[in-house]
Formats: sequence, C-alpha cells, structure tokens
Amino acid sequence: MQIGIFTVGDVTPDPTTGRTPTEHERIKATVEIAKKAEEVGLDVFATGEHHNPPFIASAPTTTLAYIGAQTERIVLSTATTLITTDDPVLIAEDYAKLQHLTDGRVDLMMGRGNTGPVYPWFGKDIRQGINLAIENYALLHRLWREDVVDWEGRFRTPLHGFTATPRPLDGVPPFVWHGSIRSPEIAEQAAYYGDGFFHNHIFWPPAHTEQMVRLYRERFEHYGHGPADSAIVGLGGQFFMRRNSQDAINEFRPYFDNAPVYGHGPSLEEFTEGTPLTVGSPQQVLERTLSIRDYVGHYQRQLFLVDHAGLPLKTVLEQLDLLGEILPDLRKGFAEGRPSHVPDAPTHASLVAAAGGAKDSTVYAEADAATGTSDRDLHDPEVAKVLEGEL
Amino acid sequence: MVRSIVVVAAGLSVPSSTRLLADLLGDAVERAVAARGEEVEVEVVELRPLAHALADHLLTGFPTGELAEAIDKVVRADALVVVTPVFAGSYSGLFKTFFDVLDLGALEGKPVLVGATAGTARHSLVLDHALRPLFAYLRALVVPTGVFAASEDFGAGGLDGGLRKRADRAATELVALLGCSGQTTVHAPRRRPVGEEMAEVTPFEQLLREAGGDSVR
Repeated sequence: MQIGIFTVGDVTPDPTTGRTPTEHERIKATVEIAKKAEEVGLDVFATGEHHNPPFIASAPTTTLAYIGAQTERIVLSTATTLITTDDPVLIAEDYAKLQHLTDGRVDLMMGRGNTGPVYPWFGKDIRQGINLAIENYALLHRLWREDVVDWEGRFRTPLHGFTATPRPLDGVPPFVWHGSIRSPEIAEQAAYYGDGFFHNHIFWPPAHTEQMVRLYRERFEHYGHGPADSAIVGLGGQFFMRRNSQDAINEFRPYFDNAPVYGHGPSLEEFTEGTPLTVGSPQQVLERTLSIRDYVGHYQRQLFLVDHAGLPLKTVLEQLDLLGEILPDLRKGFAEGRPSHVPDAPTHASLVAAAGGAKDSTVYAEADAATGTSDRDLHDPEVAKVLEGEL
Repeated sequence: MVRSIVVVAAGLSVPSSTRLLADLLGDAVERAVAARGEEVEVEVVELRPLAHALADHLLTGFPTGELAEAIDKVVRADALVVVTPVFAGSYSGLFKTFFDVLDLGALEGKPVLVGATAGTARHSLVLDHALRPLFAYLRALVVPTGVFAASEDFGAGGLDGGLRKRADRAATELVALLGCSGQTTVHAPRRRPVGEEMAEVTPFEQLLREAGGDSVR
C-alpha cells in the first residue's frame, strides 16, 4: 500500500490573515512539503498541472526533477498530467527524462482536469475532452513501447519514423494511472490497458466512488489483466488533524468555508459526512481512512490533499508530522485481511522484474552518409572497444 | 403495472398557489390514469426544502441526501408535472436550477405537463415562451395543453370557471403519452453516467474508433 500526498499548487489567500503567498513562496513551499513527505515516511508525492493563475503547477517535471534531486526514496507522480491539452510527444520525452534522472522513481496520472478556457490556449476544444484523452494516450502508449513510430490521428500532426527520446529507463515505461471523477470512459480506458485507476474521492460521496471503481475492476478482469480484486486502484482524500478534534474543526473551518472549490457551499459538517474529508483527531483520520476499503475493496494508493485553501506552510508541515505518526498504524490496518494475490502498486523495480530484467533501450543513430558506419556499429572493432570501455 | 407520476413544485410560500395548482394537476393525472384502468402513484417533490442542497450541487458537482432522492424519483418517473411561479417574467431560479443539475439526457422522451402561476393572467405566455423551450432542450415530450393559473383562478368560481377543465384536458394528453416514451424516442448520441455504463459498457475499441472518427465526446 502506497500512502502519499498530492497538490494542485493553488495560490490562495490565507482567510485568517488575508495574506496571499507570492508565487515564489508557494513554489519553494511545495518543495519543502515534498521533502517533508519523504522525511515522515510517505511513499508518493504528486503534483497537479495547471496553466493559469491562481496556480503555480505549470512545468511539473521541472518541479519533480528538482525534488527528485533532493530526495532519496519517495515516488514522484502527477495529479494530473493533462493528456488532453499536452502534446503526447512532449509527455513521452519529459517523463522518460525524469525516469532517468531519478532512477525510476516516477509514475504519472493522466487527467483531463481543465476548465473550458484552458483548451483553446492549446488549440483544443473541451467538448472533445474524452476523445483527446483516448487518442493522445494511445499515441503516448506507443511512443514509450515502440522505438520507431508511424502514426496518424485526428488531433495531432502525423509522425513518420519518429523516435521519442530518451527511451524509457531500462526499457520499461513509467506506470500510468488514469484519473477521473465521473467519466466511465476513463475507467474503461484504464481497464483496457491494465493501467491504474485513480478516483479523486475528495469531492464525492462514497456511493459514486464505489460505482466508478467497480466499473474499472470488472472491466480490468474482462480485458484479462487478472481478477477484479487485483486491479490497481488509487484514491484521493483529505483531512485536517489536531490532537483534539474540536481544535481541528475550529482551526480548519475558515479554510474550508473559503476554499476555492467547495467554499461558500455546504457546511463543514455536511461535507465531512458526505465525502471522505475528515477533520478531527489522528485516531479519527486513521479509522475513517481504513473504512474506505469497505466500499472500494483493497486498494493500492491513497493520496491526501494537505496543502490547499491558503493553509500556511507551517500548518501543512505539522499536518505531515501528524500523518507520519499514524503512518505505521495505517500501514498495519491496510495490511489486515489483505489477500496475498492483491498486488502492491507497480514500481519501477517491480515493472523491471516483470519484464524479465533491465535492458538498455537506447536507440542508436543510423549509419551516417559519409562513412557508412554508425558510432555504435557493434561490428566495427574500434566501436566495440569504446563500448566495452577499453578506449 | 403502477404508473409513477412525479409532480415538481417550485412554490416558496406555505401555502403556495403553485402547490395548489400542482395538487390540482396531480389529482387530474391520477384520475386520468385510473380511468384507463391502470394503477397510479403520484408523488410531489417540493423544491423549497432542496434550495440549499441545489446551491451546494452547483458548487460541488454532486447531489446530497434528499436532493439525490428527489432527482432519482424524477428521472425514474413515467411522467412529470412541473409547476413554477413566475418570477421576473419567467420560471423561478429555483425551478431552473433543479433542471440545470440533472444529467444530460435524463428527461429524454419523458412526458411532461407544464404549469405556472402568477398574480395576473398577463404572464400566461410564460408557459410557451419559457417552459416549452426549456423542456424542448431537455428533449422531453411536453403535452400541447399547459396550465396557467392566476390568483383569480383560485378565487370565487375560478376553479370551475375553466381551470379544472384545463387541468383535465392536460392530464388526458399526458396520460395518452404514457408508455410511448423511451422506446419511441431516438436517443441522441450523448455521454452516459456511470450507472448506465455499468449496465452496458461502451467497449474501449469503440471509444478508440470513435475518438479518431467524427464523434464529439
């Protein structure tokens, strides 16, 4: 079971002080939060992607590479990567590069996650969101698995004899999750490929999440990837903890009431009852989180949103300390009653093992016109010496 | 087979003339179904107690508690009677919000009787200029007779001065459409909610094929 955090990188005024952090402060805070996540023992840090204010979540691989250089163990992921408006060729390149730089500590979550005005900035149309997600991912899937791709589609200029570089680390593409709140087509897509399915449970009632996950699980089995209960499921969640639950409620309420997404809508009490948001003591968060299995089954990844709605960095770091304290009990609870055939979330190491070991996937240049040889022509004894480290 | 009729009433006061008209229409439909020798169940959904939940739905994207139940009832009904007060020359915002949050296609092919109330009969064209276009957009089947009631219709002699007759006529038209819905309607291509996909999944090969074709999804 992987437990981690995800951020959308919102730059939101702190409603208790009225102060809005600068972009610079928020970007640096994001790095601090990710490093803290590793320090308290979490498994995953994921960043969203937005291309408009009030967010600092553009250029996600820049952020992740910088964090990767300052961490040792934590898996770097996205929540989500915009498969609709991003060019799949650039996604293929960016995340393969990130794989190499971080020695495979990378996976990513595809999402459409855009509001209407964003699409036209990238030459796209929101009404085609599902079609874009389907076609773009079909191309991305090939770019990571075929050295030379010939491709023609509806939404992107054709590719002929194209090789995305660098090739995936060890010949193994990063694991992919598909995130969707209410689109059954995306659950179907995840099931078809045998990829992971992530439901961002944070705004939605359990009955809906249960249905989306069940659809994915049934179709995962239908496509022959294994029994439904071995499908790879991730969920979003959110909490606010203090040792005393009433302190948690009092402190979090102004942030909840003014939150960019659900603020000025339902009350904190209604929202905590209707969605997985838990505001209370560490014990309450522990119990609520473990109860989610009752309706989605055993799952592989739980991500929490902790740094949003203007919460100050200091508070966020305290939340991570508290999460770190209940982490051993969370892990123990998640392991309880878990059948042995339910897999963990794939990692680079497990994918390499499943592929029968690492292999260099470098695509060497073709022979040049002047000499008729390639610098990597293995039949050339001089080249062979170079490759074997003799020269 | 029990015919399920749901009456949606958007009145705000208690008692409201909108609710009076809603009940009058509900009774008329009940009699008309019974006259065909069929069983009928009429339920009223009042929107006033759902006002907060509707505002929350606009912000969070999902219905809670009683609103979820009300939406479910409306979507499953064999036919609807919908009644709104006239506000600023049109249906009320509360009335519209309820229909705004339904899933796309939720009322496709559903027989609907439209009704409205106002202080004066000068507003009566609201049925044809506001409610009909709304339900045409939702691809519901609106019966030819709409029923408008002004304050005077509830006054001395009003009910028998034509309102009851109009209600019976509209009810008869609505009941004539029972059983015609669904099967006879050609469903427009649309995206389906997860519940419908659970029942009959669109296979990925088809999604992929259509993504590359001329579909809008």
